[in-house]
Amino acid sequence: MKYKSQKVAYWFFALSMLLLTLQLVYGFIMGFAHAGMDGLHDWIPFNTAKAVHTNLLVVWLLSGFMGAAYYIIPEEAQNELVSVKLAYVQLISLALVGVAAIIGYHFNWWEGRKFLEIPRPLDYLVVVNVLLFMGIILVTLFKGKRRTTTALVLTMGLLFAALLYLPGMLDFDSQVLDSFFRWWVVHLWVEGVWELIMGGILSFLLIKLTGVDREVIEKWLYVIVGLTFLSGILGTGHHYYYIGVNKIWLIVGGIFSALEPLAFLAMALFAVNMYRKGEKKHPNKIALYWTIGSAIVSFVGAGLLGFAHTLPQTNIYTHGTIVTAMHGHLAFWGAYAMIVFAIISYSLPNMTGRKYYDSARGRLAFWLANIGMLGMTVAFGVAGVAQVYLERKMKMDFMKVQMEIEVHFIVLIIMATMFSTGITLYIIEFIKHGQPTDEALEVNNQ
Amino acid sequence: MLSKKQARAFFLVGTLVTFLAFIGLTVYSLSAAQDQSHSENITDSVVRGKKLWDKNNCMGCHTIMGEGGYYAPELTKVIERRGEGYVKGVLMSPTPWQRADHGNRKMVAYNMTEDQANDMVEFFKWISNIDLNGFETIVSPLAKDKINN
Repeated sequence: MKYKSQKVAYWFFALSMLLLTLQLVYGFIMGFAHAGMDGLHDWIPFNTAKAVHTNLLVVWLLSGFMGAAYYIIPEEAQNELVSVKLAYVQLISLALVGVAAIIGYHFNWWEGRKFLEIPRPLDYLVVVNVLLFMGIILVTLFKGKRRTTTALVLTMGLLFAALLYLPGMLDFDSQVLDSFFRWWVVHLWVEGVWELIMGGILSFLLIKLTGVDREVIEKWLYVIVGLTFLSGILGTGHHYYYIGVNKIWLIVGGIFSALEPLAFLAMALFAVNMYRKGEKKHPNKIALYWTIGSAIVSFVGAGLLGFAHTLPQTNIYTHGTIVTAMHGHLAFWGAYAMIVFAIISYSLPNMTGRKYYDSARGRLAFWLANIGMLGMTVAFGVAGVAQVYLERKMKMDFMKVQMEIEVHFIVLIIMATMFSTGITLYIIEFIKHGQPTDEALEVNNQ
Repeated sequence: MLSKKQARAFFLVGTLVTFLAFIGLTVYSLSAAQDQSHSENITDSVVRGKKLWDKNNCMGCHTIMGEGGYYAPELTKVIERRGEGYVKGVLMSPTPWQRADHGNRKMVAYNMTEDQANDMVEFFKWISNIDLNGFETIVSPLAKDKINN
């Protein structure tokens, strides 16, 4: 940590950890319901649990991205954040909006549009919150001594993410148009601009952890984000195959979404090569685990598993089945959750001044969480493939198929327990570091 | 070897070209001539049905046109499969809907009025006539096929 204002990042990361814990609880409720144990139905029906589970994911990742930006931008721009007070106001308002939305979901207060369930009045508050955040980041960058590619790519990702929230607020009478523009937000976030955010954080971490020349890393960052947009924008078409729009999307979506793994492959090769090339051996091994791990797991989860069902010929059978959940879990974990864990692991010792760089508990957290998530992915995959064959090929009734695949959700719950143990250990490490302090500046400068 | 400037140009040009192509394809595929949804059949009742669909987050459990929660039955062809009376019965039920042959899963009791249930039925009817590029022949269980129970 080089600037006092970077400390504000800690509280965004703490909010992330809190919301992640809650997300896991609702994930278990859904897992048990799928396994035939829906005892909480009268208080938390499945649609409530699902809305809470997915929205908490989005909010804790956004909180993590915001924390990452508050940590990275001052260091890259060589300037204190323009207003720490406003950053705290933004944090508290983000937490309040998130909590209000989640409570509302338990009382049928939502929009009922997958991933964008947040009620309209709260949408406007989200817009104000994000405007405040972007204002702080952009003014800090503008007043800074330098503007690096890493900072620009990260800021561009955040700015585009903010702008792309707006199409999700359009009202349509047609379910087809509603769905069409909902993907402008959801797809162009997770398979577009969020990859810029991931790329920016990855680039910052590789510069710090490997010591490879900034010019080399940032050159490849441009190539990666170039590949991301080249494939990802038109790759939106894979959501348009079967929702009632023109067949042209079968061709366009098919071709460009087949190219989407290239960006993730480039990201994985980039991270591993920079690590090998680096002469500096940073003592923060845990941060390195999460950084390289994120690049590799995102390639498997988002790249390979996405490709597995993205072609129209396959997707016509897998569309709307548990196969999507298989891809979704490993993709979000690898690409976005792990990169947030990486920046937390890197920045925490710098903000607190306590150099817990390489503990056994930290490594165990990494392996348990990753093996647990891989196990969950396999359980979803087996359930999904079985569902496709029984329901779409054998023409069995939907609910009868669900009863047949319940057993796979028992496996899912076991693997999710392993995953949650890893996350718990990570959070214990987070708490053990203590809170950020200005004295950390002196420790870092020694 | 690629320079940083060339890499930046690749990013900027690639993004601009694909973004423009995306906008062009959006305009084309949403033009009136390419409409596959029979939007002329979206009556006030269908719109009210859609609003009920959204208000109750039906998509949180069910799927429609393959999108939703993967927890409760796909509803794209539900009227053909079950008939209007069955669907209205489920929606108007004052107690959580549950079937003995469907395990432990039950549906939230929405206790809809007759008018609301009629609007939902109209919404489902409109959905069932959308040309889904072949998915309507795969989505399970097929309305016109014999269900293998």
